[in-house]
Amino acid sequence: MFGKLSTGLIALFLVSAAVAAAPEQLLVIKNHRFEPAEFKVPAGQRIRLVVHNQDSTPEEFESKPMNREKVVAAGAKATIFIGPLKAGRYDFVGEYNESTAKGTVVVE
Amino acid sequence: MFGAALIVFRETLEAALFVGIIAAATRGLAGRSRWLGAGIGVGVLGAVALALLAEWIGQWADGIGQDLVNVGILCFALAMLLWHCVHGAANGRDTAIGARQLGASVGSGGRPPWALFVAVALAVLREGAETVLFIAGYATGSGSHTASTLLGGALGLAAGALTGVVMYAGLSRIPMHRLFKVTNLLIALLAAAIASQLARALLQAGLVERWAAPVWDSSPLLPTDSAPGALLHALIGYDAQPSGLQLLFYGATLVVILFGSRLAATAAPSRTAAGAA
Repeated sequence: MFGKLSTGLIALFLVSAAVAAAPEQLLVIKNHRFEPAEFKVPAGQRIRLVVHNQDSTPEEFESKPMNREKVVAAGAKATIFIGPLKAGRYDFVGEYNESTAKGTVVVE
Repeated sequence: MFGAALIVFRETLEAALFVGIIAAATRGLAGRSRWLGAGIGVGVLGAVALALLAEWIGQWADGIGQDLVNVGILCFALAMLLWHCVHGAANGRDTAIGARQLGASVGSGGRPPWALFVAVALAVLREGAETVLFIAGYATGSGSHTASTLLGGALGLAAGALTGVVMYAGLSRIPMHRLFKVTNLLIALLAAAIASQLARALLQAGLVERWAAPVWDSSPLLPTDSAPGALLHALIGYDAQPSGLQLLFYGATLVVILFGSRLAATAAPSRTAAGAA
């Protein structure tokens, strides 16, 4: 009865439970810009960042200060967990369009 | 065009250095180029397949599919390098030395360190998929500059490959009797770097919550996105703001390799002798 399938389901449940626990922030990429380009999140808490790339080209969300990088295909949504972070300003860019795709997470 | 070249260069740097080091580590081994070429070829094919599936994979498990695939690839690559360092340390190295001493006649007898070539394929796969995705996206997207993106991509790829060649040429200057000590150390550090990336992928995907905070910040001294920072990142997994989990994985990998290879060497001395004979 309790074979690999149920183990997988339990694992999936645990993952989705962990996923659901963190507050969510939506970040849209449009015309090679982030919307919102700046947003606030509480300090000391893990945030679930959902990046929705509405452009027809892929983009790489990258942040050295937050130590994150992830490619988001054209039209796709991707989830990136950030933090828990200390109070401060954390910059991020779209690596494929660094001149326009810039943003900041303000942690307070 | 320059932007595309720089992006592709950054993506290929890591895989190119990896290939350069493995090429040096298997110097003198019969059929080495064929194995290495096959590893790169399989990696490139896998990268194209992964890029084609990227959009579909990305939606898995509530948007962390790409990270899950990365975790899988990194685990596999880490296992290959650990296997090579621990089990194959004495074995693989002596096979290479034996092959050289006996010349071409060893072709059939010398067992190639296959784990290294699998690791090469995985490194090319992981870094290549992002490059393919970038090039395909910007060379075909509406209103894009197809020619300049392709040219820039080719230049970036060439520059990345050249870095790998320079790495290989540099390592080749080391005398043979010391070369494998150096390459073994480099491979151990590459394994630790992969472990650190694995830790980061687990945190990014939200699969692990603990030890996520950065332990130090050396970005004022040496930013990860500076040229030397990027080089050190590719070679030894340097990170200006590493999380606790990354450091834990990094350290644990080095400890496993150090004690594991010693244990393996003392446990099976006869096999080592047989491999060298």
